[in-house]
Amino acid sequence: MTETETEKDLPRILIYEELCKGCDICAVFCPTEVLELKGNMMTVKNLEACTRCQLCDLRCPDFAIQVF
Amino acid sequence: METVTAAKKKKKEKPVPFDYSNYIRKGKLPHIWCPGCGHGIVLKCMLRAIAETGRPNDDFALVSGIGCSSRTPGYVNFNTLHTLHGRALAFATGLKMAKPNLKVIVTTGDGDALAIGGNHFIHTCRRNLDIVIMVYNNFIYGMTSGQFSPTTLPGMIATTSRYGNIDPPFDVCKMAEAAGATFVARGTAYHYGELEKILHEAIMHKGTAVIDIIDSCPTYYGRFNKFKSPADMMEKIEKEGTVSVKQASGLPPEKLEGKLLRGVLCKKERLEYTEGYAKLIEKAGGSKPK
Repeated sequence: MTETETEKDLPRILIYEELCKGCDICAVFCPTEVLELKGNMMTVKNLEACTRCQLCDLRCPDFAIQVF
Repeated sequence: METVTAAKKKKKEKPVPFDYSNYIRKGKLPHIWCPGCGHGIVLKCMLRAIAETGRPNDDFALVSGIGCSSRTPGYVNFNTLHTLHGRALAFATGLKMAKPNLKVIVTTGDGDALAIGGNHFIHTCRRNLDIVIMVYNNFIYGMTSGQFSPTTLPGMIATTSRYGNIDPPFDVCKMAEAAGATFVARGTAYHYGELEKILHEAIMHKGTAVIDIIDSCPTYYGRFNKFKSPADMMEKIEKEGTVSVKQASGLPPEKLEGKLLRGVLCKKERLEYTEGYAKLIEKAGGSKPK
């Protein structure tokens, strides 16, 4: 499980590595291009751009990503 | 002024992701579905729709046959029944008759419901038994390596149609409506919010509810038919291939050609089967079912 967090008011994106299958759906449908597929795993590329819209969570077929 | 600050505060509030842990069996994830398979999205929509009803997990029973979609009951924390190929509706009918207070949901695929279990499907609709039938429609037999199914579109390639399929497909919704289902709707995995609302409405409905859920099989249907990625499939099949009922009313017929209608397509009231059965028992002077 990777966790990305900063002290300010930035969102917190949790990616469960044991669940993610790297299908790339969340990255393609992210409106602000926050996520990026690296190898077989989803990673956070640009956390500042995240608007907490939750589209990645709602379209993830594998219960692998959450945004707080 | 006050309302403005309230609105600002509301905007700043952080969204809380939905907690699936009450509804998922511990240690069962990750599921067996392929990367990019739409079934996981549909499962999440179903869990949220069930949570919205506020009823305890014990009030629900999930019944399935055989196929990719029929793996769903293995992961969820309700009463579950994984049965024979195509016979999910037969088992569900028995369960509902024995325990009329249970909310029975059948998760089935296009092949399971329409080919192997086609007869059970039309007769369950005819009886108007209070069951939610979720047809996970990915246009192919995924589990058995990609044979064409009764919903595969003409011209599409499958393991058993190497030069393109020539069989005309079933329209699940039209068939269910003609057979007598009282709630018929279509949703897609891409339009998750719409699907969640439809599923909630179907669960609250008294009578047979059939929901045709369009999702994608990237492993077979996608690879055979040259879709680039799971997201590409979702965009082309689910987003561009469907039109909502509201939008469709304002479009000319030539623009609707080849597109599937999305949303609640039919909703009516009719005597529900277990209620009719209870009345019959009363008439015959028997004891009330528990």
